[in-house]
Amino acid sequence: MSFLPQLVFAAVLIAAIWRFSKKAGTIARNIHLGKAQNRSDNPGARRANMLRVAFGQSKMQARPVAGVLHFIVYAAFLIINIEVLEIIVDGLFGTHRFFAPFLGNAYPLIIGFFEILAVLTVVAVVIFWWRRNVAKLDRFHKPEMKGWAFTDANNILYIEVALMFALLNMNAVESLLPEGHEAFIISNSIAPLWSGLSEGTLHLLERSFWWVHIVGILAFLNYLPYSKHFHIILAFPNTYYANLKDKGQFENNAAVTKEVALMMDPTADPFAAPAPDAEAPVERFGAKDATDLSWINLMNAYTCTECGRCTSECPANLTGKKLSPRKIMMDTRDRIEEIGQNMDANGGTFQEDGKSLLGDYITPEEIWACTSCNACVQACPVDIDPLNIIMKLRNYATMEESSAPSELNAMMTNVENNGAPWPFSQMDRANWTNE
Amino acid sequence: MSTLHVPTLAQMTAEGKAPEVLFWVGCAGSFDDRAKKITKAFAKILQHVGVSFAVLGTEEGCTGDPAKRAGNEFLFQMQAMMNIQVLNGYEVKHIVTTCPHCFNTLKNEYPELGGNYTVEHHSQFLNGLLKAGRLKIEGGQFRGKKITFHDPCYLGRANGEYEAPRELLEKLDVELREMRRCKQNGLCCGAGGAQMFKEAEKGTAEINHVRADEALETKAEIVVAGCPFCNTMLTDGVKNREKEAEVQVLDLAEMIALAEEL
Ligand code: HEM
Ligand code: SF4
Ligand code: SF4
Repeated sequence: MSFLPQLVFAAVLIAAIWRFSKKAGTIARNIHLGKAQNRSDNPGARRANMLRVAFGQSKMQARPVAGVLHFIVYAAFLIINIEVLEIIVDGLFGTHRFFAPFLGNAYPLIIGFFEILAVLTVVAVVIFWWRRNVAKLDRFHKPEMKGWAFTDANNILYIEVALMFALLNMNAVESLLPEGHEAFIISNSIAPLWSGLSEGTLHLLERSFWWVHIVGILAFLNYLPYSKHFHIILAFPNTYYANLKDKGQFENNAAVTKEVALMMDPTADPFAAPAPDAEAPVERFGAKDATDLSWINLMNAYTCTECGRCTSECPANLTGKKLSPRKIMMDTRDRIEEIGQNMDANGGTFQEDGKSLLGDYITPEEIWACTSCNACVQACPVDIDPLNIIMKLRNYATMEESSAPSELNAMMTNVENNGAPWPFSQMDRANWTNE
Repeated sequence: MSTLHVPTLAQMTAEGKAPEVLFWVGCAGSFDDRAKKITKAFAKILQHVGVSFAVLGTEEGCTGDPAKRAGNEFLFQMQAMMNIQVLNGYEVKHIVTTCPHCFNTLKNEYPELGGNYTVEHHSQFLNGLLKAGRLKIEGGQFRGKKITFHDPCYLGRANGEYEAPRELLEKLDVELREMRRCKQNGLCCGAGGAQMFKEAEKGTAEINHVRADEALETKAEIVVAGCPFCNTMLTDGVKNREKEAEVQVLDLAEMIALAEEL
């Protein structure tokens, strides 16, 4: 027996895993270009949230059709991976159906079950494809879904079908070989399609399907980091580190708190210069570029499945405004990717490229259309928070650029001068009591 | 109908008394003509039930919500610190407000800045009075009326309160008809995030018109809101659809005050 196939397999496996790890490492590095934010409190509640939202797919079910279809693909993926384990063992050790002898009579039942899942996956994926390309569901066809986003969405579906096709036909062809394992519940019906071929051809076919399936899986693994399909990994940490507080609670900026406390302290000497802290970098209020955001914001961006549930619930988007929370996430991801690539091309340090997230990717018109209604946050099945990014961009626009819309500046002047957003005197506040 | 007597916290404190609850009126509730009616309706209910309450009056200032949502963290925190100084000076423990924006800010964003109070939206506070047997509501003029409730974003999604207003409405014996989008999926009226104070960006429709359409779809005779801003937006939306003669927009507090003929 030649060891060549095993060696080739081992080489392919190692190369695939190595390459994937490298790219995943780059993404982890990019995410940590974001600012620190502590979300490691309350591990119990975090685990529970991850179990519910990611493992349990709880928020997916708000749209029952997509929810059920996705559940099939998701569950099938998790379960069929047990068979991938067997394939890897076989590939490395030159065994064939390594688990079969251990499982005895249960083996055909288990593989039969996997075959059923594979067929269900194909059905689900075909419906996914149909909804996207024929029924043209609105949420899949917004302006930000052109180009790569659209191609990527279909690629995933084609790869899924190809993998399932290879798996089923591998089993079918094998059953026609004299020394092969008998067919399983689904491959049994496929086998006749291949009958009549010579034993040599069948052998070749069986091996081909085996290789297409496993190499396909490894190729898919390496495709993930370039795709919204990366969500199959990041959905888990993303839901673990999700915001567990009330959605209405926006963060208070600690640097501002210090400044305000100084201003309000009657004993503070306004002329006493604070001890110059040469170490402290000049902090920018809010976010202008992707690196001003927190690592949570950036992980959110890499997790986004581009499903558009956020956008389809967004009151601004529903009424024809340019704002689309999905686009906010996609722009953030594209920009941090660009920054990461810039660093890689320049020996690890970012070379100023004259671009920024606010301005070159996201326009002021988009951020000022938001009503902070939290519909996008509520709708996101993987607990992404587009609103948090929008608010940080507004912080920058208002506090650093003073570029808020003029009516808002007028409103803020009123708040500052008379304690109300309208030009009424504070002294008239209680007038209603005797009107 | 009794006359309304609303003491300020300063007056009460001077008399050596402390109220059961502080009524945080908010800017809309203090200055906006439509919202003032809500303020008065709620004050009447409190007075009717015999809750001892006070307002800050001229010592109250904007919570800073619109400034924060417009991106001005500095102005927000200035407002917050001034209000917290006043509130802590009076040792306020319990606050009720008819504005979900004030409610959210006082409840969620003040504690970190040193302002720790029990904060309730008026729907929650009234529901508490109901459960304690202090407030009795009869359907009155609304019995059997078709109504729909618009969830304010800052009460619903932002703070997870969907039931308190509905439980109150139930007591009015109305026929509650939910809109297509309600509770977690409720559509915003279009005012939040400081939108109230500016023109909307270019688009194909106004958010409040779309929301008014959803409310009108239910064939409700009354659209109930729990927020002065939602109230303005929906009133405007109903007007835009030329339905103001048939369909009223009312606050929860107004419904109860009217039912009880206060
Ligand atoms: C781990 C295995 C998983 C697999 C194999 C998988 C597979 C897929 C596939 C094939 C699509 C494309 C559907 C389409 O074209 O419409 C998709 C989309 C999506 N997935 Fe997953 N997924 C996995 C995990 C997860 C998890 C844990 C979540 C978290 C809840 C999730 C949330 C989503 C969402 C929100 C979409 C967008 C599609 C829609 O809303 O219709 N996925 N996934
Ligand atoms: S919070 Fe802003 S972006 Fe999100 S749905 Fe509401 S209006 Fe749209
Ligand atoms: S942010 Fe969430 S809801 Fe919006 S497209 Fe991405 S995954 Fe979907």
